[in-house]
Amino acid sequence: MSKPLVSIENVSFSYDGQQTPALKNISFDILEGEWLAIVGHNGSGKSTLAKLLNGLQFPQEGSIAVCGITLSEDTIWEIRKNVGMVFQNPDNQFVGTTVRDDVAFGLENHGVPRDVMVERVQTSLDKVKMGTFLNQESHHLSGGQKQRVAIAGVLALQPAIIILDEATSMLDPRGRAEVINTVRELKERENITVISITHDLEEAAKADRIIVMNRGELYREGSPEEIFQMDEELIKLGLDIPFPVKMSKIMRQKGVGLSKSYLTEEELVTELWTSHSKM
Amino acid sequence: MDISLKNVEYRYQADSPFERLAITDVSIDIPSGTYLAVIGHTGSGKSTVLQHLNALLKPTKGSVVIGSREIKAGRKEKNLKGVREKVGIVFQFPEHQLFEETVEKDIMFGPMNFGVSERQARERARAAISLVGLPEEILEKSPFDLSGGQMRRVAIAGVLAMEPEVIVLDEPTAGLDPRGRKEIMDLFYTLHKKRNLSTVLVTHSMEDAARYADEIIVMHQGKVFTKGSPEHIFSNPKALIELGLDVPEVVGLQLKIEEAFGTKFKKISLSEEELAEMVARFLEGGGTK
Amino acid sequence: MMEKMIIGRYVPGESILHKMDPRSKLIIVFLFVCVVFIANNALTYGVLAAYTFLMVGMSKIPPRFLYGGLKPVLLLVLFTFLLHIFLTKEGELVFELGWLKVYEEGIRQGIFISLRFLLLILITSLLTLTTTPIEITDGLETLLNPLKKVKFPVHELALMMSISLRFIPTLMQETDKIMKAQTARGVEYNSGPIKERIKAIVPLLIPLFISSFKRAEELAVAMEARGYKGGEGRTKYRQLTWGLPDTTMILFLGAVTFLLILLRG
Repeated sequence: MSKPLVSIENVSFSYDGQQTPALKNISFDILEGEWLAIVGHNGSGKSTLAKLLNGLQFPQEGSIAVCGITLSEDTIWEIRKNVGMVFQNPDNQFVGTTVRDDVAFGLENHGVPRDVMVERVQTSLDKVKMGTFLNQESHHLSGGQKQRVAIAGVLALQPAIIILDEATSMLDPRGRAEVINTVRELKERENITVISITHDLEEAAKADRIIVMNRGELYREGSPEEIFQMDEELIKLGLDIPFPVKMSKIMRQKGVGLSKSYLTEEELVTELWTSHSKM
Repeated sequence: MDISLKNVEYRYQADSPFERLAITDVSIDIPSGTYLAVIGHTGSGKSTVLQHLNALLKPTKGSVVIGSREIKAGRKEKNLKGVREKVGIVFQFPEHQLFEETVEKDIMFGPMNFGVSERQARERARAAISLVGLPEEILEKSPFDLSGGQMRRVAIAGVLAMEPEVIVLDEPTAGLDPRGRKEIMDLFYTLHKKRNLSTVLVTHSMEDAARYADEIIVMHQGKVFTKGSPEHIFSNPKALIELGLDVPEVVGLQLKIEEAFGTKFKKISLSEEELAEMVARFLEGGGTK
Repeated sequence: MMEKMIIGRYVPGESILHKMDPRSKLIIVFLFVCVVFIANNALTYGVLAAYTFLMVGMSKIPPRFLYGGLKPVLLLVLFTFLLHIFLTKEGELVFELGWLKVYEEGIRQGIFISLRFLLLILITSLLTLTTTPIEITDGLETLLNPLKKVKFPVHELALMMSISLRFIPTLMQETDKIMKAQTARGVEYNSGPIKERIKAIVPLLIPLFISSFKRAEELAVAMEARGYKGGEGRTKYRQLTWGLPDTTMILFLGAVTFLLILLRG
């Protein structure tokens, strides 16, 4: 949990025919085993960043190194083996006709022998609790289930990093919870590094570290506690404040003695209880 | 305009091996001017109910009354345009329905289908675009050159330009960032008040249901599980939690506080300020009843 | 009506036909299409019909469902029958009604040809009813594999087919959704003059095209992110297993063919 797994140095990127750059001189590191949330309003450059990390786009300036390998046309296949990506639309990344075929797709691409494939398809589906859906077709699955299959497809390749590119934004609350819980479990058990690109602040609050993007620039970086102290500033950036933080603030205004803003409802309730029940 | 569903049942692909019962014995009244929220899981029958509100689906049993028109099961229904003009639906991801060369033409499409003159439709497009908070210059652009958020607004403008009396919203803010979400929801609420519309909101967001609706219907497994005012629905949060549904965050927090202190507040509060005040007063009183 | 159509549809089941290797089923259908033309008298057509109905029985697909699904096609069969009755002017005159003259040969031809048509439809429907489209694709890919030597893009073709198959339900849902959205905006798809209905296609097709392009683009990115770089060096997850039933069924059709040749008039 200390050495940088990904380092991004002075990266700038513009899409063809667009005047304002999508990313302006971005630099930061991603540490091994951490959960990093990259937040920002739509169009802040956060998804472009994800595409750069996987070599789906190349920066015009600056450099990116993943697992010690500098990203270039020649190294992308090497890097893609280490960086798995789950995209926003559950339908548009489901390649196979059934769950098992879809998970196998990445393995087939990397020329994994069949007997290894069979085993990895099963174990990675078990990890996302979809092990009993082997022969289901995609249109019989819910959005959350499809996204979990996508995660299994990524896991099967045993990557060092998973990037969730707004992977929960098209899901209903149940699907969102399913995906987030799955990712959290994986991170704990498999020591996988997670980069989640999101505008869901509840999701970001669970990360180890948050990067706030605004108009292509790295606006702020810090722990969830630090970031959510920004308060009104976040709303100005088109984001929101997580409910427990908002609630702590309102309670303080109404005269409830709280020493700080809390990131989870549990912390808030515990603080209320311990500081007041003794009176 | 009043809408009411009477004992409606709907089966998809009736009389085939793929038949599927979607809703059964659903009765709902939506008097003119109501803001109704329909909540429930994906697959609970919410969207099926929604499509009955302007006769996109016809009940396989029971009947639907929309204004003065009755749509009954087992009867051929012709000329439903009159109904559809009065009930506008904003589908989930409505930007997928855009198709014209310019934003203006796309917004004019709906009104002109219902026989509004070109000149009038153009005026309506102008009014609708400013209503959704976009600059007039955008009217000349191709809808496909816009950002996702702008496309969403254009699609909404296309429904508003029909000047419906009832607006049906199916997860209108899905996929938007927090600011976009709030702006769109506020827009519909303002319209609801200003034009005295009926609004039906199908949503997963308990916060939105609590904040905007006068009445909430909870759908579960194709049936109406319960209905009532937000205060009523959320005063029994356990029932919702048992269905696996969320409760508004404020309500959830109140439950946690009540549990921690082993107490019960007089009422369920639906706003953050109210809960904070209740907690403040409770703690001033020494943290006991 | 479209909902009841069963052509090209798969009905899950556990019958022998369901469990067979898609390759053997493809071979059988191909053979059957040739064998049908051997029949030329009542007896041989009887044998063919018996074979077909035996297959229908083995598939365990409810005949009522089969009948309901093939109804629209039956009209076509009837049409073929009538065409032959009215147009064939050979053999003895059977009866005459004004300008309408029906000859013996016409009736014979009409029955045989429409029967042949019907049997072909039944057998091919059985293939799709008992085999998932992806199995058919796999079967075709393996059967066509030798063509790789002549640079025929077998892998690409199979991948294209399987992706199209995967996206058919998605596109159907999408079509339904857009159709409903436009209906809500005052378009009428089910009534009104033909000219209006044709015009109504535009607001359906354009969004459908646009979303399909978007899907294709996103899918391509997702595939690339998962390491897809063409057929080379790829291993295969799906495996086909040829069993005793497969060999038996092919031999059985062989025997039927032999019988047909013997009984041929």
